[in-house]
Amino acid sequence: MENARRVISVIVLNEASVLSRIVGLFSGRGYNIESLTVAPIPDSKYSRITIVTAGSLRVIEQITKQLHKLIPVLKVYEHADLVEKEMAMVKIPMNESLGDIEALAHAYNGRIVNVGSDTLIAMVADEPSRVGHFLEAIKRFHPKEIVRSGSVALER
Amino acid sequence: MQISGAQMVIEALIAEEVEVVFGYPGGAIMNVYDEIYKQRSFQHILTRHEQAAVHAAEGYAKATGKVGVAMITSGPGFTNGVTGLADAYMDSIPLVVISGQVPMSLIGTDAFQEIDAVGISRPCTKHNYLVTDAADLPRVLKEAFYIARTGRPGPVHVDIPKDVTAQIATFDYSKEVELETYKPTTKGNARQIKKAIEAIAAAKRPLLYLGGGIVSSGAADLVREFSKMTQIPAVETFMARGTLRFDDPLLISMLGMHGFDDRVTGKLSEFAKNAQIIHVDIDPASVSKLVHAHYPIVGDVKNVLEQMMPLAKEQIDPVRYAPWLNTIANFNKLHPLSYTEEGDRLKPQWVIERIGQLLGDKANISTDVGQHQMWTAQFYPFSRPRQWVSSGGLGTMGFGFPAALGVKRADPERVSINITGDGSILMNIQELMTAVEYKLPVINVILNNNFLGMVRQWQTLFYDKRHSQTDLSIQPDFVKVAEAFGGVGYRVTTKEEFDAALKDAVEKNVVTIIDVVVNRFENVLPMVPAGGSLFNMMLEYKEK
Ligand SMILES: Cc1ncc(C[n+]2csc(CCOP(=O)(O)OP(=O)(O)O)c2C)c(N)n1
Repeated sequence: MENARRVISVIVLNEASVLSRIVGLFSGRGYNIESLTVAPIPDSKYSRITIVTAGSLRVIEQITKQLHKLIPVLKVYEHADLVEKEMAMVKIPMNESLGDIEALAHAYNGRIVNVGSDTLIAMVADEPSRVGHFLEAIKRFHPKEIVRSGSVALER
Repeated sequence: MQISGAQMVIEALIAEEVEVVFGYPGGAIMNVYDEIYKQRSFQHILTRHEQAAVHAAEGYAKATGKVGVAMITSGPGFTNGVTGLADAYMDSIPLVVISGQVPMSLIGTDAFQEIDAVGISRPCTKHNYLVTDAADLPRVLKEAFYIARTGRPGPVHVDIPKDVTAQIATFDYSKEVELETYKPTTKGNARQIKKAIEAIAAAKRPLLYLGGGIVSSGAADLVREFSKMTQIPAVETFMARGTLRFDDPLLISMLGMHGFDDRVTGKLSEFAKNAQIIHVDIDPASVSKLVHAHYPIVGDVKNVLEQMMPLAKEQIDPVRYAPWLNTIANFNKLHPLSYTEEGDRLKPQWVIERIGQLLGDKANISTDVGQHQMWTAQFYPFSRPRQWVSSGGLGTMGFGFPAALGVKRADPERVSINITGDGSILMNIQELMTAVEYKLPVINVILNNNFLGMVRQWQTLFYDKRHSQTDLSIQPDFVKVAEAFGGVGYRVTTKEEFDAALKDAVEKNVVTIIDVVVNRFENVLPMVPAGGSLFNMMLEYKEK
């Protein structure tokens, strides 16, 4: 179980510098954050931060406790049984086959979302590992730019 | 009430019943200093360095249990104070430190004396604020005091831009603090406490391992009652000295070289590996941090002990531990804390014991950092909590003298002694001026070994005696230094001279330095080599 991948959700007050407090806990201890997403929770004064990291159980337990200690932190969830999704967008030159790209994106819960004069943009939304597979597969269409959103997760 | 941000700071300090602020002015905090000039409710003590202001506030907080307050300006004033913040953070000392900041319009422009103060203080405070609107000041200051003193105490930093201290807004300090996201657990879990007492009642060799939280939560009396009732022997960590009286037969002399956490446990896998551990801590993040606790209890140790008392009375039979107490009495006899007198040179341990004999409970003891600190923790006869003020977590040389000033301000009836080294004392020697100006007659006892002794000891033992950059043979004349500031100095080489100097210093109403020439190569024992286990503890060392 050493250095297993973990997903942690942190519910925080929407206030200045709260994100630096969270991120500082990781960087100050030399732990890497694999991905991080933040957005306000609708109709509340809180935001939800989803952090994907890797570490031993012990390290993760320490991190969760330290996160809890931060004054503007309301709750910390260390997910076990969860639904996790991520989205990705890729920009592809227009000289590739639109139909093939559309079919590939479709297989990963996505589609072409924009067609410009030189490039098109396709997006997918799926489990992070599947997003990884999609990005592997899309390579043959010579993507010019790729962006991943980072994970969001909810307990089942 | 419509007042300026600067006036709000004053009103908040008055509402919090602050009686003394330690500080140092500068451009960004001048609006507040102007209001300090106009008020008569609290004293402002001008230290001669911002680091000293924060350490003095720490000393004051340690001696009283109240929140210490320091005030500093932006940029270099703030950065000078950071060591104090970090020190208070590591030792869980309640402080509110207020700093000035450049006006809002200049923040982020690399303005003169601008530094991202909250960015710097974030990892070394319990919480911090950058106040961007005077209307927020009453709430922020009230929260700052509340957060500093509740839960696991700690320093809170409030950074206020200059235009915010000039801004007029409504001051209302009456609202209770309500923080939805901060509710420290104070009562222990009843089921867990029940199981813990059962475990103690069934144990053969129980031991109380008393930490600094007992002092800060004011639980020492309860601990004394608990240990007396159960007859369970105790060791105190470095920070907990004075919890039990030095002559309590249940107190085992101090563990390890540096009686605390990772340095006490040595190699973790070997630490008390057959023991079951009950860990009570107000801070859930501390439970099982280094050593796994079988019975973790989160809560204020004072409340937890109150919860434990009736159960303990019922279930714990003190007679059961008699054989264990015998073993310990034997250990204490076999390995007493001791030192040998040799030659003419004074032994540093003797000096500390002697202060204890002459002043005992009448003195509050602060220290700097190094060998003198360890010897003080080992050899001074502490008889009450809050008698001992020392930098445990950060180990800050330069802490002792300003902290002793804060202690003297808090407890003027008692003698305030700073036991220090010839290295450490020079790190805040300028505070002689503060001591003279505010009539805070601290006695600085330098255990002068012409070395950065603690580092020298490690070089002797683990670096084949290569004493790299630790020889302090070149020294100032400490007697003249004291005199130059308006204090009194003594240079002491014999026992008689020491007695006479200490007696004189206690009677003098002015700051003093007693420069005691001690044996240069004395080592602190016992010690646990870094990463070693207690099993391999070094109890003696003979120079070969
Ligand atoms: C600010 C700071 N710098 C460096 C150290 C590292 N250090 C720990 S003990 C020590 C030597 C202290 O010498 P002295 O004050 O003379 O005391 P002694 O050990 O000789 O009693 C040093 C340099 C420290 N603890 N704090």
